[in-house]
Amino acid sequence: MSHATTNGAKAATAKRANPLGGLLTWADDRTGLAAVSKKQIRKVFPDHWSFMLGEIALWSFVVLLLTGTFLTLWFKPSMAEVVYDGSYDQLRGLHMSEAYASTLDISFDIRGGLLMRQMHHWSAMLFIAAMFVHMMRVFFTGAFRKPRELNYLIGLLLLLLGVIEGFAGYSLPDDLLSGTGLRIADGLVKATPVLGTYMSFFMFGGEFPGDVIIPRLYIVHVLLIPGILLALIGLHMLLLVYQKHTQWPGPGRTNNNVVGYPMLPVYAAKAGGFFFIVFGVTALMGGLLSINPVWRYGPYNPAEVTAGSQPDWYMGFAEGLLRIMPGWETHIFGFTISWNVMLPGQIIPVMFLAAMLAYPFIEAWITGDKREHHLLQRPRNAPTRTAFLVSLMTAYGMLWMAGGNDLLAVIFNLNLNYITYFMRVMVFVAPVVAFIVTRRWCISLQRQDEARLLHGYETGVIMRSPEGAYAEKHLPISGDEAYTLTARDRDPLLPAPTAADENGVAARHVRLHRLRARLSRAWFAHNVQKPTTTELEEARHHAEHELAVRDDGHQHVSGDYTGDYELDGHAADGHQFDGRHGVSGEELRQH
Amino acid sequence: MSHDEIARRDGDHAEEPIVNPGMHEHQPRPTDIDDVAGRRAERQVATFFGLSSVMAILFCVAYFTFDIGDEPDLFLGYGASNIFLGLTLGLALLFIGIGAIQWARKLMSDVEISEARHPSRSSDEDRDIALSALNQGIADSAIGRRPLIRNSLLGALGALGLPAIVALRDLGPLPGTALEQTVWRKGMRVVNDVSGTPIKAEQMEIGQLVNAEPGIFFAVDEEGEPVVEGVELQQEKAKAAVILVKMRPEDITPYPNRENWGVEGVLCYSKICTHVGCPISLWEQQTHHLLCPCHQSTFDLADNGKVIFGPAARALPQLPLMVDDEGYLVAQSDFPEPVGPSYWERG
Repeated sequence: MSHATTNGAKAATAKRANPLGGLLTWADDRTGLAAVSKKQIRKVFPDHWSFMLGEIALWSFVVLLLTGTFLTLWFKPSMAEVVYDGSYDQLRGLHMSEAYASTLDISFDIRGGLLMRQMHHWSAMLFIAAMFVHMMRVFFTGAFRKPRELNYLIGLLLLLLGVIEGFAGYSLPDDLLSGTGLRIADGLVKATPVLGTYMSFFMFGGEFPGDVIIPRLYIVHVLLIPGILLALIGLHMLLLVYQKHTQWPGPGRTNNNVVGYPMLPVYAAKAGGFFFIVFGVTALMGGLLSINPVWRYGPYNPAEVTAGSQPDWYMGFAEGLLRIMPGWETHIFGFTISWNVMLPGQIIPVMFLAAMLAYPFIEAWITGDKREHHLLQRPRNAPTRTAFLVSLMTAYGMLWMAGGNDLLAVIFNLNLNYITYFMRVMVFVAPVVAFIVTRRWCISLQRQDEARLLHGYETGVIMRSPEGAYAEKHLPISGDEAYTLTARDRDPLLPAPTAADENGVAARHVRLHRLRARLSRAWFAHNVQKPTTTELEEARHHAEHELAVRDDGHQHVSGDYTGDYELDGHAADGHQFDGRHGVSGEELRQH
Repeated sequence: MSHDEIARRDGDHAEEPIVNPGMHEHQPRPTDIDDVAGRRAERQVATFFGLSSVMAILFCVAYFTFDIGDEPDLFLGYGASNIFLGLTLGLALLFIGIGAIQWARKLMSDVEISEARHPSRSSDEDRDIALSALNQGIADSAIGRRPLIRNSLLGALGALGLPAIVALRDLGPLPGTALEQTVWRKGMRVVNDVSGTPIKAEQMEIGQLVNAEPGIFFAVDEEGEPVVEGVELQQEKAKAAVILVKMRPEDITPYPNRENWGVEGVLCYSKICTHVGCPISLWEQQTHHLLCPCHQSTFDLADNGKVIFGPAARALPQLPLMVDDEGYLVAQSDFPEPVGPSYWERG
């Protein structure tokens, strides 16, 4: 742009035509932004509803930052004892911590304070729930495969940090329920072998509850973890932009391109608009749905607890683990090992996380696949993977229910002890059943896809032969659908290596390869592979024969009919009602 | 199987049984070809944005109109301020979102664009340049040839970990024996946890449970100040809270050394669960079972506080009782064992 060198009328017109030009030039002169952004401004993103789940998490995080900042303007992270003299009648005159008193002030004496508190809590729930569902979407569709393994790991880390951040925030108001949560956390920490009591004393600045845990959790909650979250979200987004989003296969959509709409203007409007929708829905929830009414619980008192104490939902599975664990404890050489707390509180949750973290690498090793994958897989086309996550989800769900065993007992009028015994068994049995059922279900769906490809779709047109035999007419599916169904990889089955193919030194490798071959069979052997070109050819030939119309206008009877009779009159070709052509003169019955 | 073989296998499968039909031709929307439809969509979008402004103004009106605090204006039983602030803010935001998305769907170009992907990896050339630059840098530093520098630097960086850990030492005191003791002492009265009044065994009825605390929590010094207060009170409460229960003496089956720990069927147990430390308080009168509301550990108070259900591993610690000169219940001593959740050094 050279408008700076003239002051003529023409240059002035040019300026009016692009008022942004001057500003952009000024910025680019100093930062070179144009080179970085030239490809990003019209960057293409594919469209699918399931790609929106991560977006909910992203925008909820922004809502959390905004509402959280509002709350910090009044919240006092202090455990100093004060006498409450605010607006809430029932608690006036009571001794409580400044943290609890200021939470009451935000709820009752700051206009909009309760709204912001409830929005903050609701968006925290949305944030974690959306991350969970987003992670499931990524897992089920194989979006974690190369080159996106790193982003998957970052995502799991975000989920873990989100849960810790949620727990820290839940503890801050210092009400009876959050104090009970902290006390349970203290019990979990104390169960650590050797270091437990030291960790507890260092956390709480002495004996539980002490007077430092709230200010310490506060700085963790408002600075430390949000800072890490923000950095990791930034990295997550950067990798997404660099690697480009995955897409579903379809006509024109391959592993080598990305088809969709440009960032500016379509996604700027859609994603930007969606931010306002997430924010708006959160505001409606904050205004209309009560959450965590801490004024009802009262200030924290280590000698009190309420019946039906429940953590926030995302802690429910850990709560369930704690509840169904039998009371095992070992006393040895004058020391105590609390398996009843250590296993459910420390070891098993880490094992869940480790299984999720390790899965992409295990699968990649079993397939031996080193290619980049940008096309998503339908869950049915990866039956073992789908079944694996469903079984983990089932275990999670069982534990979640176990975390509410007291509520289940009350609501359904059941024996609490029996529910607990039942859950102790189901937490092992249900995931296995879920695994088997899901896997077979997926394989059945694959068979259905195969049948559609080879034999076409069911028209709903029933043909009767003169002998009275009935058969339903099938017609080929559209080319688009056929392509989409076949746009997937065949599953590799690694052959077992022969032991003699290497010179002695490689014996260990042979065993490793043999394990891999066995796993490969277990993983993929039952899957239905897409038909080959030859199979499709044969099926098409067969179908054409069936649909062929004889010279006299009569049609062969479809199905297995081999009799001598021909259909009387004009047969339906099955296209009457699928919109491929009009229906006039195509009445099914002529006499 | 070598990588080559895998590559070949993948090559075999690259052949697609059905040819890619390619992207569909763009189908124009009504708003693309019909001016009336386009103007209608424009009006719709503008209406949403306009409604959003109205809601923003109504938010301000609601903010100044409705009272909060002691006697808030009620609407459907809820504070009107919160409801109307939430409604107006929520709708103001939602309308912007809906308007923007309607705009994108109806009026912005919906021509699909196909963009080529590139491998995530850098080119071999770039890799070579980066690698040789890295090697050059390392070689120039001579770190490989002068191991003394490298090792002493690594040692120094490692040693920096010590200050980092040591500086956190004052996060809290060492545990010492703090967890093994409570404020209970011989002769300390067992008092009601709300009123602070001492309790006599005959005042309690069979099956009754009383939440109690050590008398010192309600004691005041000569200036009228509480003896135990603030953090210390919270910490001691977390260990010393107890429950008193009265059962028929014939129902109670004490261990041989505990036969004189009760007074007329009144026994005193720690209120702190031995699982992870919740205060226990759900009492089943008929079965003398005590249930923890957090994780449902159940203890039989007639049978020395034994665990009969749930994740707790140890019986509830029992506080030996006796009566003082005036006939009130007092402790014979502190708890004979640490109360609350297990920990490594507990033994």
